[in-house]
Amino acid sequence: MFGDYQNVVTMSVYGSAIALILIGLYGVLIKKHLMKIVIGLSVVDSGVNLMFVAIGYIKGGTAPIFSPSVIDKNVQMVDPVPQALVLTAIVIGFAVTAVALSLVIRLYKHHKTARIDQIKSLKW
Amino acid sequence: MKKYLAIFLLLIVGFYLIQAFNLVPFGENRIGNVEDESTVGAFYLKNTVPKTSVANVVTAIVVNYRGFDTLGEVTVLFLATTGLGSILFRKRKHGEEEERVLKESSQLVRIGSRLLFPFIALLGIYVFIHGHLTPGGGFQGGAIIATGFLLMLVAYKNYRLGHGTLTWVESFAGITFAGIGMWGLITGGTFLENNAFSGLGNVNDLISGGVIPIIYIAVGLKVAAELTGVLDILLNIKPNKN
Repeated sequence: MFGDYQNVVTMSVYGSAIALILIGLYGVLIKKHLMKIVIGLSVVDSGVNLMFVAIGYIKGGTAPIFSPSVIDKNVQMVDPVPQALVLTAIVIGFAVTAVALSLVIRLYKHHKTARIDQIKSLKW
Repeated sequence: MKKYLAIFLLLIVGFYLIQAFNLVPFGENRIGNVEDESTVGAFYLKNTVPKTSVANVVTAIVVNYRGFDTLGEVTVLFLATTGLGSILFRKRKHGEEEERVLKESSQLVRIGSRLLFPFIALLGIYVFIHGHLTPGGGFQGGAIIATGFLLMLVAYKNYRLGHGTLTWVESFAGITFAGIGMWGLITGGTFLENNAFSGLGNVNDLISGGVIPIIYIAVGLKVAAELTGVLDILLNIKPNKN
């Protein structure tokens, strides 16, 4: 009915990664409110992380953990490197979001607005 | 007009992203045969258990193989917290009470949060103590503990966190991480030498993997303190009155 099952899975995982990246970029490009821009950056972040993990996936692979039930059994495991990188990326994404939010708060306090088209000092 | 331009640009970006993904088939075995060690992933999968006796390969990579990177990552977190504090911190005038943005919650929420908080903290501690055996680890456990503190901060209007304590925990954990790394150098090995203290133990024991569990516990405490600090700073902003 859906054709190749593998194709559907590919489409859904890669497709949602691409969709998240594009939605986030759209928010960053179009939205005027700084909070929405920060949210857009976070969404791009999620998309990139999903992309990483999806690329590291191996069909039928288990999590790369040698727990007592799989040790010495020659089980196919997924690539652990992208997962470790994503762990780093998530933390850095959190730090970036936190600092960006604090800057938004400061701008809001200073200009009484967080919309970039209403912040006059940005224009020249 | 600008909107259509942006959508046009995004369509181009999306087109090339799809083209790139077409070259990377989903679910294909890209790490090759694990025994050959032909790729980095295969090397880690083959060598983690014999060389570090840690069950969780991701933990071994994050804390040991790429431990220096994690030290930098923890520093980035520390910088984010410090930056947030320096951007938003405002010294209280004399006699001025700190005021939270949120309203007081209902009694149901307050009692429920107080009941739940110890269990959330326990789950977080469990996750980072078993970071080398099960999915999870320092960052995840720290985030869980910070969630518990967020619950308390949201539920109680006057919930105060000792900033001194947070700073102490954070500094102590950071010094532990760096100190364990330096200890490897002192004992004649490399920075973050895995068996600097004792043997590696057996795989899947709670005490195994050399310094990896100790470092991950330190990371967990540090992340918990930093995330809690960020939440506290962000929730304690005073609305502008002038």
